[in-house]
Amino acid sequence: MNLHLEQIVKSFDGRRVLEEVSARFEQVRSLVFIGPSGGGKSTLLRIIAGLETADSGHVSLDGERVPQEEPALRRYRRSVGVVFQAFNLFPHLSALENLTLPLEKAHGQTREEARSTALAALRRFRLEAHADKRPGQLSGGQKQRVAIARAIAIKPKLLLFDEPTSALDPEMTAEVLEVIEELRAEGSDFILVTHQMGFARRVADRVAFLAEGRLLESGPAEELFESPRSAACREFLSRVLKY
Amino acid sequence: MCRLPKAPPGRHAPVPVKAYLFDDGSETGLGRGKPVPLGARLLYFALASGLLVALFYLCARASGYVWDWGAVFPYWRKFVSGWRVTVQISAAALVLSTAIGLVFALARRSRILPVRYFSRLYVELIRGTPLLVQLLISFYIVANGFGVQNRYVVGVVALALFSGAYISEIIRAGIESVGASQLESARAIGLTLAQTYRHVVFPQAIRQMMPPLAGQFASLVKDSSLLSVLGISEFMLSGQEVSSFTYATFEAYIPLAFGYLIITLPISLWIQAMERRHRFET
Repeated sequence: MNLHLEQIVKSFDGRRVLEEVSARFEQVRSLVFIGPSGGGKSTLLRIIAGLETADSGHVSLDGERVPQEEPALRRYRRSVGVVFQAFNLFPHLSALENLTLPLEKAHGQTREEARSTALAALRRFRLEAHADKRPGQLSGGQKQRVAIARAIAIKPKLLLFDEPTSALDPEMTAEVLEVIEELRAEGSDFILVTHQMGFARRVADRVAFLAEGRLLESGPAEELFESPRSAACREFLSRVLKY
Repeated sequence: MCRLPKAPPGRHAPVPVKAYLFDDGSETGLGRGKPVPLGARLLYFALASGLLVALFYLCARASGYVWDWGAVFPYWRKFVSGWRVTVQISAAALVLSTAIGLVFALARRSRILPVRYFSRLYVELIRGTPLLVQLLISFYIVANGFGVQNRYVVGVVALALFSGAYISEIIRAGIESVGASQLESARAIGLTLAQTYRHVVFPQAIRQMMPPLAGQFASLVKDSSLLSVLGISEFMLSGQEVSSFTYATFEAYIPLAFGYLIITLPISLWIQAMERRHRFET
């Protein structure tokens, strides 16, 4: 992907969350946002996902500007896949129906097409045995894998993960991270917000560090983790890597 | 775990009904333990009913009232025709009030402020004033002004507007019970607003809406009795007429109680069945 962030500003209720964030990522396969909580990582990801619109500035993905208005924005959202922290499956639908709903209603597939696409996606993550279960009957890790299957079933041009493991215990976290690593190996482009530094280092082509609403630095994973340039990033890494 | 009494192997010892006298849901604190077999359920239901009948009988005897069912019996056709009118009025008002409730619940969430305030005003005015006053104003002022003479139409519309205010609040509460993360998920997968309501919000909200709706529908059926003031010969008016013909007041009114129950009970059971069908773990 080629991702350009141009002077992005966002406030909530008068509080600045992003202050003129600008960056250019060319030919990047996997981009990871790290930084302290409340630093603006999730907000930036949500703007890239088309779930929030910037107060000013804009995002371009592969040379195309992300629209700011419905219904163009809705069409854009259909072209990217988002996986949230947790609880983003529809509890009244089975795992399979969670996948077929967007395929049928947002992507115009017939019932049969949607069913076979969805089953293939579930099979890919070894979830076919759980196709008819509702989210309440699945473990946290299984739920999150179903959510990932839902995001990839639409063949998105970009996958966005917003702290996909922060609501999971370590074992389930591993289960989900494995899936993300698999996707990377298969060549899917994605952006990930995470607090798992070890994992960030392993999967990221590029890492961007955000704190207090600013994108303070970015670079290849190895470089940023080994020799952070900004004082804030150095301090953040020494704090989180201590334990 | 359930502590089910086990029959000794090889023998058909009946499970003592007494074993089911208490719901052992105490362990979860939710009062829903082991399933109770049909026999025990019927027995205890009969016991509860018997208790109620006995209580009523004792009260009736203590009052010294002399019953004369023979006086009201010749009027049974009047009861039946009144009951049928009540069923028809209630059914029409039930459908119409649900539609009205839905429209005003959505209006309450509209981005257009005047629409939102209009909905709010409607709900507050209707809920804050007596149905009797609303009926009289609807018929003698509003309907007259529009030249509508059919009292059945006016009655059904007025009743539906009354009940619709309550239903709109029930629907609104149901919609608001669906979490923000669900709306966000729906947006993320690219559903339109209409698709979001149809496929994500309503199927989840309906479970929250069912118990209060059961109560509201029963109220609607009973409130239809007030339409007697417009001279609509529904069930209540039949009872009143029979009472004034025969002077057998209670013999004329007690059939009314049963007649309304015959309408409200199936609605209540039907809604409970719907509620079970829409149950899922969260």
